[in-house]
Amino acid sequence: MQTWSLVSMCVLLGIVVRWGVSLNSYSGAGKPPMFGDYEAQRHWQEVTYNLPLQEWYSNTTENDLNYWGLDYPPLTAYHSLVCAYVAKTINPEWVDLHKSRGYESPAHKLFMRATVLVADLLIYIPAVVLYCLYLTDGSTKKKVCTVFCFLLYPGLILIDYGHFQYNGVSLGFALWGVLALGLGWDALGSLAFCLALNYKQMELYHALPFFCYLLGKSVKLGLMGRGLFLLVRIASTVLVTFALCWLPFLSDPGDAMQVVRRIFPVARGLFEDKVANAWCSLNILIKIRSILSSDSQIYISFACTLLAVLPSCVRLLMKPTFWQFKLALVRGIQLIILPLFLKDGLLVPYAVTSLAFLFFSIYLLSALEHCSEEELRLGAFHKLLFCLPKLDLFYISVSAMAGLSVVTVALVPPTHLPDLFPVLVSSTAFLHFLGTFIYFNIVQFSEPPSRKSQKKND
Amino acid sequence: FQNNITNRKVTSFYTKALRKIHSTDFEVHRNWLAITHSLPVSRWYHENTSEWTLDYPPLFAWFELGLSHAARHFDPDMLLVENLNYASPSTVLFQRLSVIFTDLLFIYAARECCRCVQDQKGSRDVLNRPSFVLAVLLLWNFGLLIVDHIHFQYNGFLFGFLLLSVAKHLQRQHLQGALLFSVLLNLKHIYLYVAPAYGVYLLRSYCFTQDNKDGSVSWSSFSPLRLLALGGIVASVCALSFGPFIAMGQLPQVLSRLFPFKRGLCHAYWAPNIWALYNTLDKILATLGVRLKLLQEAGLPRASMTGGLVQEFQHSVLPSVTPSITLVCTLLSILPAVASIWFRPRGARGFLRCLLLCALGSFVFGWHVHEKAILIAILPLSILAVENREDAGIFLVLTTTGHYSLFPLLFTPAELPIKVSLMLLFTIYSFTALRKLYSGRGSLLRPLESVYLLGLVGVAFACEVAFPLSPWQQKLPFLPLLATSVYCSLGVCYSFLRLYASLLRPPGKPKQP
Repeated sequence: MQTWSLVSMCVLLGIVVRWGVSLNSYSGAGKPPMFGDYEAQRHWQEVTYNLPLQEWYSNTTENDLNYWGLDYPPLTAYHSLVCAYVAKTINPEWVDLHKSRGYESPAHKLFMRATVLVADLLIYIPAVVLYCLYLTDGSTKKKVCTVFCFLLYPGLILIDYGHFQYNGVSLGFALWGVLALGLGWDALGSLAFCLALNYKQMELYHALPFFCYLLGKSVKLGLMGRGLFLLVRIASTVLVTFALCWLPFLSDPGDAMQVVRRIFPVARGLFEDKVANAWCSLNILIKIRSILSSDSQIYISFACTLLAVLPSCVRLLMKPTFWQFKLALVRGIQLIILPLFLKDGLLVPYAVTSLAFLFFSIYLLSALEHCSEEELRLGAFHKLLFCLPKLDLFYISVSAMAGLSVVTVALVPPTHLPDLFPVLVSSTAFLHFLGTFIYFNIVQFSEPPSRKSQKKND
Repeated sequence: FQNNITNRKVTSFYTKALRKIHSTDFEVHRNWLAITHSLPVSRWYHENTSEWTLDYPPLFAWFELGLSHAARHFDPDMLLVENLNYASPSTVLFQRLSVIFTDLLFIYAARECCRCVQDQKGSRDVLNRPSFVLAVLLLWNFGLLIVDHIHFQYNGFLFGFLLLSVAKHLQRQHLQGALLFSVLLNLKHIYLYVAPAYGVYLLRSYCFTQDNKDGSVSWSSFSPLRLLALGGIVASVCALSFGPFIAMGQLPQVLSRLFPFKRGLCHAYWAPNIWALYNTLDKILATLGVRLKLLQEAGLPRASMTGGLVQEFQHSVLPSVTPSITLVCTLLSILPAVASIWFRPRGARGFLRCLLLCALGSFVFGWHVHEKAILIAILPLSILAVENREDAGIFLVLTTTGHYSLFPLLFTPAELPIKVSLMLLFTIYSFTALRKLYSGRGSLLRPLESVYLLGLVGVAFACEVAFPLSPWQQKLPFLPLLATSVYCSLGVCYSFLRLYASLLRPPGKPKQP
């Protein structure tokens, strides 16, 4: 069948799933006084619409930073402003200063959900489609299946359309950046990625690979000549983009510093809400929080993060191929956080989307022989974990996740360990993360798999 | 096929899991669960605490009774008759799960139908085989999805019986087919519309075991045994279903519940049939008459047809239509089809065509037709569409029109993206898949048909987007519904005529390009 029809069917299905999820409850629904992320986004619309720009990030009488103060970079604020203008035309009550706190209504929910869908349609979905069609190898069918799996990825759908966030925008921009780099348009790629960074500071996870790849590429082209020219072009693009985004705040350095303070709240601890990372898991064994002071925690975590990504970045510097770049990007995997979804009453959509995604990816990708053993370099992986054969490993991990999901829902944790299940979930997730991390390191450091990928080298 | 089944299951689960909105049909079925569970059998058809009285045949009531025993484990409170509009989360969960579960029968029936479809020889990959296309067209049918899983009914379950019965006839297992159809009739009596097709076909092709050389009936080959077998099957099923009520002498009461002719010619939203056109013509003539001073405005009956209420009403200018008139029209419309399979039987596929025509005929001319009834024609037509090129063209017109006419069923803004996306999904698939199936022999649609279908997009935009934002929204709120009805009825009537042409055309005559 023609590609366009298959792709449009995938996109339509993606839209149906997204909108279906969005009909469920959102973060903090009906839970005063603080509500949740949904109320945070609505509050930002209120703040950006009613207050002058300089006051958006500062603690004033009109703007109480303790009640969901802005803590994302300026592009998010501008996006909220645009949404606020639309909201004002539909129903001014939604963005009334102070009076609209905790505003909840079916029409408002529809509006907020619609803003997420519109943002996705404009930024994320086109990036996915173009990326899969132009930058993946294989037959048309394989590409369409990749689009399908990408669009149905449950984590993003549940967080954006269930919990309520705009991750699609920042991920979309980052993906446009990857797309541009893959096509050789380095300046545009850096522009897109800067936009992503200015939307959510979490994209810093991806910043190192971008930086190392572009730096490595410039070095390869020769620092006296084309390489230098490229470097200058990229640097100026980055500087101009940042300047444009931060322009209103640059008139007063105090404002800019306040924004930075809000974006990087180092006053908070190492981990919030039992997030799935190393620190949470390590905390089980050693009570880190009580041993180290807050400052040293920050330094150690920074150091460890840097150490963890250093090997791949060095490799990328030395061998700046697009394929290596993609592998390095995989570091920023989003992990599904079950307890968070439970809090928002999203259990059923979580179960359904995860099952569906799992099923589809297994069926589609294996049916297309995407995962042949050589390509995946699982031989090397086996040598590390020689005790467990490949298939069992996969099914063990799936059953572990399924079992944990069931247990978290069905059973009540013992009273002396009230957070047992969330911690178990994040530890399991971290183990998975660690496993894939090691695996991808192995892949990156072994030879490129086939001549097909060599074509991607620039 | 296994893949498709699981796809469908996942879809149903999605739609169920992600839909918390429920409709009046939901309350209807909850009420029936309560009635059958809490009350003795003698009270089932007399009970009217709720306005949604039991108006399906007794076998469906037994089915609801069975479901209610499972419902007890989810939320016993839903089984109290007094709990009108009770909709706790467990109730919703149970009801949705029951639809998904009973859909298993539909999946099985679809599989049987796919097995009857002749696959052409040649190395086609899976996605292009007629049986695969049919599977997708049946399992992912937009109309069925929104009526069953978003709106709420058990149509998947019932269509499972219909399709299974058709499949059995295609496989020449006529007794099983007859059994399944009698069960279906006793589950929902709307299928009486297609009973003439069954009756005549079975009589002609099953009871008369042989034909003469020229195709006419060979009276000497009549087999009373077969007739007795058929009669016995039908009678026993009906006895199982109606028996207790006949024994209690409640048959008239049951029948009055089953056939409530007090309802009006058209539903609140006019189904896209001939009477929609008739009503519109009447309205236009009335308005013109008043404008041209030919009629007195005071003498006209109040305009309640378009008020959205289900009442009896009179036409202003044209003669009023009574139930008997619609019955006569329906019978006249299906007579040629039925006669055709008597005098020129064309095997099981001829029977299928006749079934389609009976369903469509009764849709076009019937009394108080609901627009969901178009599915009775669309689903069996899918079988013909993957085998025959001309039928594929008719299928595209009828399906797109019929599915669009279901749009007013989902009228909240929250449902708009879903219904538009699902409709586009199904339409794109059906067009591209069927085009691929019959590639290389020109376009499936005639130019006029393409223009008509494109016009649907315009109508959709006008009704969903432009009209609600325009100043006429207050004065003429029924206008989008009217426009949808009228526009779709053109397509439906056109498809009816084309299907008739394909049935009555003598075999061997080449079709017009």
